Amino acid sequence: MRSRFQQGLDELKEKLLRMGGLAEQAIDRATEAYRTRDSKYCQMVLTGENAINEAEREIDELALDLLAMQQPMAIDLRFILAVLKINADLERVGDQAVNIAQRVLDLISEEEVELPVDIPRMADAVSTMVQRALEAFLDGKAEVAEAVLQMDNIVDRMKDEAFVVLVQKMQDGPACTRQALDVLLIARNLERIADHATNIAEDVIFWVRGADVRHGGAHFRE
Amino acid sequence: MGVGIEVRGLKAFYGKNESLHSVDITMPANHVTAVIGPSGCGKSTFVRCLNRMHETIPEAHAEGSVKVGEMDVYGSGSDPVEVRRRIGMVFQKPNPFPTMSIYGNVAAGLKLNGFRNRKQMDELVERSLKLAALWDEVKDDLHKKSGASLSGGQQQRLCIARSLAVEPEVLLMDEPASALDPISTSKIEELIFQLKQHYTVVIVTHNMQQAARVAELTGFFLMGNLIEFDKTEKIFTTPADKRTEDYVTGRFG
Repeated sequence: MRSRFQQGLDELKEKLLRMGGLAEQAIDRATEAYRTRDSKYCQMVLTGENAINEAEREIDELALDLLAMQQPMAIDLRFILAVLKINADLERVGDQAVNIAQRVLDLISEEEVELPVDIPRMADAVSTMVQRALEAFLDGKAEVAEAVLQMDNIVDRMKDEAFVVLVQKMQDGPACTRQALDVLLIARNLERIADHATNIAEDVIFWVRGADVRHGGAHFRE
Repeated sequence: MGVGIEVRGLKAFYGKNESLHSVDITMPANHVTAVIGPSGCGKSTFVRCLNRMHETIPEAHAEGSVKVGEMDVYGSGSDPVEVRRRIGMVFQKPNPFPTMSIYGNVAAGLKLNGFRNRKQMDELVERSLKLAALWDEVKDDLHKKSGASLSGGQQQRLCIARSLAVEPEVLLMDEPASALDPISTSKIEELIFQLKQHYTVVIVTHNMQQAARVAELTGFFLMGNLIEFDKTEKIFTTPADKRTEDYVTGRFG
């Protein structure tokens, strides 16, 4: 028989994974909107934000209750702290997806131009990072989380490359400045989502191993 | 001032049954060390070995070395009475002498130790009651009220004052707040925090939140073995041993 506390922890995990699903869906819809220039997907992202915000509130509330009522220790305490931080990161992922949807709406209102940046490829990499980070959380696997940390460099590089070619494009002629700026901001939004996925992976490592690997270190409590 | 406690190869026996298995631990002066573990793990036995209370149980004895400051607790020529004066003890249930006044309770240990100077005794009683954070509540009733007339929380602070009156260097506390309500518990915990300025404190507790609140160091005992001893925040956030983790997260015990 599961204890009430264990039931609470399981419920917290389930709620966070469901929220993770909503955040992944928001990224995919925003990417689909860019790919198809179909404003219907943008609207889905914009209206879907409420569900993510509501999920964030619910998770915070349940985590607070468990902290107050059960006074968890050690791995359980680290788990709840990790959930609270991952919760905030997922909410920010939702915000970034909204930002992308708004930029896509702007792009749709402008004339379509060919820009030498592969946003869908970058979005795929970012989406994979979020997915893997949540997998690591689901199974409590620190080694999967470590793989996510490695992927962040790839996305950073993609964003840097996008910046170089888009700035060059803007310098070449003002005709497509607005579109280039939108795409540049989308690249930056995607790169930020990758940062949130990195944070999630770091929190999973903290939960499972008790090690603080933020900012490129591996700090164990002495 | 408090003194450090160094324990080496400490074993405790009830008859032939070894209940504490070669414990090594160093508890620094003027710190609070919490001792935690499930029932029957040997935590109370361990603490009772520190001031030779264990051997007061028929057929019980201890082996190994316990040094409290310069004092060799189990050395040849060591006097159990002197050991217990220098290492005071507070028990789970407050046990004031019911027929004695508040003053009489605090002065009891002094009298037993042959103390006769009335003026100095008054000063020591006042100092002890102040250290135990009870003075303001009882100063007008020192001779009028008996120790037993106080509330549970006050009685426990009275017992702490009684222990402090004989000027020990170490204070052992065996679940000192387990019979008290939350307000009295919080007063005792605050008191423990203050007392470490003057004494080395070792507290046995079943309440892990209490250990986390009052102690800088925590030792986890299981089946007569000291499994892990570390900074309290380490024990309760990232313990090194799986058995400690299972215990502090409530998975057994």
